[in-house]
Amino acid sequence: MTDFWNRLTIGQKLAITAWLFLSIPLVFYITIRFYPTFEAFYVSTLKWNLLGAKKAIGFKNYIKIFADEDFWLVLWNTIKYAFVGVPVSMLIAFVIAYWLNEITFGHDFIRAMYFIPFLTTAVAMAWVWRWFYQPLPIGYFNIMLSWFGVAQQPFLKSVTQALYAIMAPAVWAGLGFQIVIFIAGIRAIPKSYFEAAEIDGAGRWQILREITLPALKPTIIFLTVVSTIGFLRIFDQVYTMSADSAGGPLNSTKPLVLMIYEYAFDEFKLGRASALTVILFLILLVVSLVQLWLMRKHK
Amino acid sequence: MKKWLKSALALAVGGTSLLWSGMVQAVEIEYWQYTYASRVEAIDKLIQNFEAANPGVTVKHTHFPYADYRKKVAIAVSAGDGPDVVQLYYGWLNDYREGGLIQPLSSSAFPHAAIEENFFPMVTTMKVDGEYWGLPTAVRSLALFWNKDMFAEAGLSGPPETLDEMVDYAKKLTKKDADGNYLSVGFAVDTDGQDHHWWREVLIRLYGGQPYSDDGEKVIYQSDAGAKALKYLTDFEATHKVGANGFMNRGQDAFAAGKAGMVLDGSFRISKFVKQEGLNFAISELPGHNGKRYNFSSYWVNGISSKADGEKKAAAEKFLQYLTSDEAMQLWLDTVGELPAKPAVALVDANKTHPLYGPFIRGLSYANATAFVSEKPQRQALIDAYDMVVLQGADPAAALAKVAKDEQEVFDEFFGN
Repeated sequence: MTDFWNRLTIGQKLAITAWLFLSIPLVFYITIRFYPTFEAFYVSTLKWNLLGAKKAIGFKNYIKIFADEDFWLVLWNTIKYAFVGVPVSMLIAFVIAYWLNEITFGHDFIRAMYFIPFLTTAVAMAWVWRWFYQPLPIGYFNIMLSWFGVAQQPFLKSVTQALYAIMAPAVWAGLGFQIVIFIAGIRAIPKSYFEAAEIDGAGRWQILREITLPALKPTIIFLTVVSTIGFLRIFDQVYTMSADSAGGPLNSTKPLVLMIYEYAFDEFKLGRASALTVILFLILLVVSLVQLWLMRKHK
Repeated sequence: MKKWLKSALALAVGGTSLLWSGMVQAVEIEYWQYTYASRVEAIDKLIQNFEAANPGVTVKHTHFPYADYRKKVAIAVSAGDGPDVVQLYYGWLNDYREGGLIQPLSSSAFPHAAIEENFFPMVTTMKVDGEYWGLPTAVRSLALFWNKDMFAEAGLSGPPETLDEMVDYAKKLTKKDADGNYLSVGFAVDTDGQDHHWWREVLIRLYGGQPYSDDGEKVIYQSDAGAKALKYLTDFEATHKVGANGFMNRGQDAFAAGKAGMVLDGSFRISKFVKQEGLNFAISELPGHNGKRYNFSSYWVNGISSKADGEKKAAAEKFLQYLTSDEAMQLWLDTVGELPAKPAVALVDANKTHPLYGPFIRGLSYANATAFVSEKPQRQALIDAYDMVVLQGADPAAALAKVAKDEQEVFDEFFGN
């Protein structure tokens, strides 16, 4: 053994050592992440309730899912969470990061304030927001509306408002992370660019449009992808804030992940749940591929 | 029964149990239920009594929050772990049975004739494929809780006896501010709570219909009676404006806070309301209609998990026998406030005329239990129908036609039609 080791070049020794360390997360990923993922492909072709016999039924689970009109509503909800949540949260985060970067007094404190929600348990926060949304006499938002003589809003009890009411705390919780990344991105832009622009007489708006935003493209793409995946997987807020954790009223707030959860752990339809997981997996895969493609273009 | 005969019987029972405990030495079985202070306390007492009478058998009591209960049981048992004796809601029976989580009760330890003779008839929903799969310690029914102070303030002397009176009283009990916002509601509608049971087993029957076909395989509430019943329920919020679904988060919270004149709930809620300072309430039977009354009964059963075998199964059967004994039932009523599952224990005068439990016990005699296929999606049917009517202005009959179709799919899948 020692002979073998001594005969290796330094490069080979380094490689072996590196692989030794890498093997720990690799084994972890293969057994905890990859194996179950592939298992899910297999289970998605079964009719199985956790305990009873597994019955192979081919693509019937998928056929049933695509024939279920609730699935299309849930998919549409999921898309709304991502396609409204991502731009709104990114816009707010950028505006805050942009101005936060301009100030020095209280900078750290304010940044910390924005970051705290990101560290808070989603469920605890969602419960607080659920109470905020209650009607009078206990709901804080409705109490505030009544000060200004605005009519009470149903929020969580409305088929049209509930999804956005649940999205709000998710956006808020994600802001801290996005702001920190944006500030880092802005600070990474060489100062000389701004100085040169100022000397040439460019205005604030022009600098923003011509220098800051183009230079931030990799940051923006990274954040878009990470937040899109986050919103596509939204669960805690909906589970906590919708009555009976059912994604109501009338399924109007139910995202894919909650539907998977219900199939698996309320109705014990593991096959159908796995099939939905595979569908979600494919959606996430497409989002990630698009990211890779965009990143390559902008290198 | 003659005194000497009683003692002889007691001796015989004690003797056989001693014999048993000699045979099953140092067996530990696990008991699982969900966390609810008074239920935990009751089971702890029952385990103490059981262990004293059965040396050599110990029972390990595990409980965790209701929200995680079902999946933890499913996952643990399927992994060959978890409880030997397990508590489950009767509406989950089919899910558990289909999932292979529980095994049928042996007819030697639990003779069918004795079950059918001693328990309330609703317990027969536990008999599937000729076998009993679980037995209750206690049963539940519904009653009307009403706030005495609010009634007095509105000039009402007693509880409503009919559906029409209930609407009338609810109007008198509702208070709103200048902008029409509720300060307190007349009746706390809560479709997440017990109202779906009320609609399914009480209101539909009061209007002359029934929710499901006699063989339990067909949804038939998409009828005139079903629509009238749904209209009655949704009218509180949509037409009369005397209540809002989920006002103050849950109906029970609104009532506990003194902000609801009436709420429907089970006897298990008594212990919560009694502890509420400043809440002066009374309980009465559910209002009737056209001289008829109906009630809904439900229960939690104890079953033996599929994991128990050999001497653990024998010990589990012994423990289950004790949990369904008269003694355990009275202890459960006194500790938890749920009604004994045997008429002989429940329908004694002291219980029937009890100011708090009386209305529930009297309700048992005209109660029906729903034979659920899968409780959660079936409950969702009413929640959705209610929202369609109240939030989207749908016609009750049209809303029912839609949810009945969804619920029938759940049935068809289960019965393999």
